[in-house]
Amino acid sequence: MIPAAFAYARPTTIDEALQAVADGGEDVKIMAGGQSLIPVMRLRLAAPETVVDLTRVAEMRGVREEGDAIVIGAMTTHSDVLSDPLIAQWAPLIADATETVADRQVRHRGTFGGALAHADPAGDLPAVALALDAEFVIAGLNGRRTVGAAEFFVDYLTTALEEGELLVEIRVPKLQGTWGMHYEKFNRVAQAWSIVAVAAAVRREGGVIAEARIGLTNMGPVPLRASGVEAALAGAEATAEAIAAAADRAAEGTSPSSDLNAQADYRQHLVTVLTRRAVTAAAGL
Amino acid sequence: MTEINVRVDGVAYADAVEPRTLLVHYLREQLGKVGTVVGCDTSNCGACTVHLDGEAVKSCTVLAVQADGCEVTTIEGIAPQGSLHPMQKAFHEMHGLQCGFCTPGMIMASIDLVNDNPNPTDDEVREGIEGNLCRCTGYQNIVRAVQQAAAEMSGGAPTSSETLGAQS
Repeated sequence: MIPAAFAYARPTTIDEALQAVADGGEDVKIMAGGQSLIPVMRLRLAAPETVVDLTRVAEMRGVREEGDAIVIGAMTTHSDVLSDPLIAQWAPLIADATETVADRQVRHRGTFGGALAHADPAGDLPAVALALDAEFVIAGLNGRRTVGAAEFFVDYLTTALEEGELLVEIRVPKLQGTWGMHYEKFNRVAQAWSIVAVAAAVRREGGVIAEARIGLTNMGPVPLRASGVEAALAGAEATAEAIAAAADRAAEGTSPSSDLNAQADYRQHLVTVLTRRAVTAAAGL
Repeated sequence: MTEINVRVDGVAYADAVEPRTLLVHYLREQLGKVGTVVGCDTSNCGACTVHLDGEAVKSCTVLAVQADGCEVTTIEGIAPQGSLHPMQKAFHEMHGLQCGFCTPGMIMASIDLVNDNPNPTDDEVREGIEGNLCRCTGYQNIVRAVQQAAAEMSGGAPTSSETLGAQS
């Protein structure tokens, strides 16, 4: 299987990339790591007129500290995320989830920003970005704008990115206090997508859970926050019973799909189990 | 067509390729490097794994134009002519293959794993080669082979907790 012919642009700066997208004709695809795009192009599910390849845009790679946030370049590979000390210090939840993405080879090419912009409901990083209240910095020919995670994910494979725009970096606020984090993923075989997964960040104050943030993967067309669970956990005793009672609310407001991997009602059961496990691990119990 | 300059297995090439040409097809059809095989064509099986600037990638999921200016190592370039890389030797000695189709990719992925983790446990080997599918061996002997090679590559003793079965 070979992709249909396309024109190829390989910019080296964000400005060049935006210009290449603007000049690329009616059907332009922006390629980050290409680990989702190349497979769909081979299957001819996508046959863009122009591909703008971002792999040489050095300014979009790497992680830096900026005041009360860490800023992750959209083209930072999964592999680089896994070895980054700032992510390990401030947002280990991202590394925890990234470790479960695909396989080593794919993680060498695939990127943090590419996975977020692709917005696959079964992708692992959107729910993590949502749980951490990440902000998405979007560049266009007319300047930059910042969109919160809750507004970034609009629908199945659809984000707030407008035509001609580029996701350039993701700002992840540094959480204050002592947080435990865990990503609990359920799938059946190696390198498979999540059937359901839960991203949990928990702040404990002694024997009490002061605050919890829970992101759900593949429980609807976009990642969701389990706000019922978060409310039930705030101020709760850090005990197995209290966590289990709160986790029972994880399916509230979700609308998972039924597919070859699982029926919707099974996913709604699974999410309560995985939420209990994720919160338990994040709370250090 | 786009001009690319790429080093493959230590030899410099300058070629014109269509942007849509996949790296694996460039290697096989333009350079004759048929040691790298196409298994699934859907980015799952890992049989086409090569090293791109020292990192394992699935060459069916990289465009040849993306290798411009890069160093590619295939299964044909990991050991001098007539000799075996420790990973190849270990796959041979530990019966890490039956039909052999997945082997080039298994070996390239395993070398990449051992470069990062010189002393992997059984579980770490299994995780490390999760991007490579083998439909013959059941993986047992592949895990043993990777651990034997890891020991040889780092000059230490193997860590396998498994005892060798009768077939080994």
